Amino acid sequence: MSDFLREYLLVAIFGLMAFVLVGAFLGLASLIRPDRPSAGKIENYESGVDPIGSMWSQSQIRYYIFALLFVMFDVEAVFIFPWAVRLEAFGFFGLVEMVIFIFILALGLAYAWRKGVLRWA
Amino acid sequence: MTNFLSDGVSAGDIVLAGIKAVIAFVICLVATMLMVWFERKVVSRLQNRIGPNVTGPFGLLQTLADGIKLFFKEDIIPSRSDRFVFQLAPYLSLVPAFLTFAIIPIAGDFSPGNDGTVTLPGGQVTGFQVADVPAGILFFLAMSSLGIYGIMLAGWSSGSKYPLLGSVRATAQAISYEAALGLSLASVILVSGTLSTSGIVQAQAEGGFFGMNMIVTGFVPFFVFIVAGTAELNRPPFDLVEAEQELVGGFHTEYSSIRFAMFFLAEFMNTVTMGAIIVTLFMGGPSAWFGLYFLGWFGGFVWFFAKLLLFLFMFVWFRATLPRLRYDQLMDLGWKLLIPISLGWLLVLGGIRVAQNGDIGLFESNTADVIFVLAVSLAIMAIGATLLQKAITNSAQERLASRGLRSVPTQQDLAASTTEQDGGH
Repeated sequence: MSDFLREYLLVAIFGLMAFVLVGAFLGLASLIRPDRPSAGKIENYESGVDPIGSMWSQSQIRYYIFALLFVMFDVEAVFIFPWAVRLEAFGFFGLVEMVIFIFILALGLAYAWRKGVLRWA
Repeated sequence: MTNFLSDGVSAGDIVLAGIKAVIAFVICLVATMLMVWFERKVVSRLQNRIGPNVTGPFGLLQTLADGIKLFFKEDIIPSRSDRFVFQLAPYLSLVPAFLTFAIIPIAGDFSPGNDGTVTLPGGQVTGFQVADVPAGILFFLAMSSLGIYGIMLAGWSSGSKYPLLGSVRATAQAISYEAALGLSLASVILVSGTLSTSGIVQAQAEGGFFGMNMIVTGFVPFFVFIVAGTAELNRPPFDLVEAEQELVGGFHTEYSSIRFAMFFLAEFMNTVTMGAIIVTLFMGGPSAWFGLYFLGWFGGFVWFFAKLLLFLFMFVWFRATLPRLRYDQLMDLGWKLLIPISLGWLLVLGGIRVAQNGDIGLFESNTADVIFVLAVSLAIMAIGATLLQKAITNSAQERLASRGLRSVPTQQDLAASTTEQDGGH
């Protein structure tokens, strides 16, 4: 197996061990702790009074718009990282291209701001 | 398939991997335990209290005592929760926290001529990290994103109001600052020319104290990373996720007993790991400053933890000193300041690197090329600063307006009202 894959195999094994460790903690606790549920005890917490209304409420649409913006910047990071590793090889040509790329993205951010998306009032 | 998997993997490799994993788990858990104690002790001192001092010497075993107590507590799963996801969430939170630790070189001799690896009696060459992943930085970003799933699903599956609000806030905050985090990392990658964590440490070790990425990248990405990292950890002053005055406990309101302990553990483990990542990427990791190498790989271990302690203290200090941000301030800071600044700085740095190489450019002289790049970068940073300024003014005015108060009149308003009075009334 190549060294490249071997390192990731190590990570996978480590992750599996971490999963088992967490499971062991939870499993051990489930053996020794008391378990006496009652109707009042398993009711949802709402500052001590009985919960009112449905618990599965909707959340603000603006969270969704931030998620969209995030996708834009994360995809951009995907393009920037390989460029940053090999900048020496690309030289000025690569730099100008990145200036144009980032300028377009900055325009996108400015547009989002102009539309009032970033305002959280 | 058998050949593919077993090719070049000896029994020694497997034993080595097992030993490394066990040591990593022990260091991870002990460091987290001590971090909880350290935070409580330092915050106490900063608030003029004594802090834990009964359990063990200096109260060192307080965390252990708390943990054991939580093992014996009844576990409550709320009646309206989604049981499966509710039980899955602690795993999703803690496993990525462990995994991030796997890529950090915590010791090793990085003195000139050494690359931080040791040769074991069995003939294997290994570094002091669980896995030297070639794309370590991407792995770190991926794991810090995965950790969000734990928080998001914990809040959602509780089927309760406060946790839901906490988890939605956490997600929006984490993704906002993740962009700034990734962009400030791009500067580090640019100067180091590699994505592997051990490679970045080695690149810094070559330059000694002034080869640290903190200095080489020009401080700006370092500060952006610290702010974005603190926000990513949901630590004060960015702890809106569990703002106890508004949201009770945030996403873990409904969690009790050992399940709560898992989230608590993950939070502090992430703090330790984030400190370790900052040390690795910006402060040279286990490599020594001023050429003060000693005791081979163990010296690297000492250097690493000395630097780590600096940042852990800084995180605790933040908590003791800074008041919590409002949500709109949080979003403004991330989107309107940190992202434009890291984008602009990346271009500045790129321009300087290219100019140093003496590349043939767009204009006649290299100086003109660099000036062009600098101008574009400064423009982007200026846009960011203006946006933030505008945002602060706007939100201040809106807040006053919503309270039924008039905003403070400007000179122009005053002048206009004076002329109005003179002319009309």
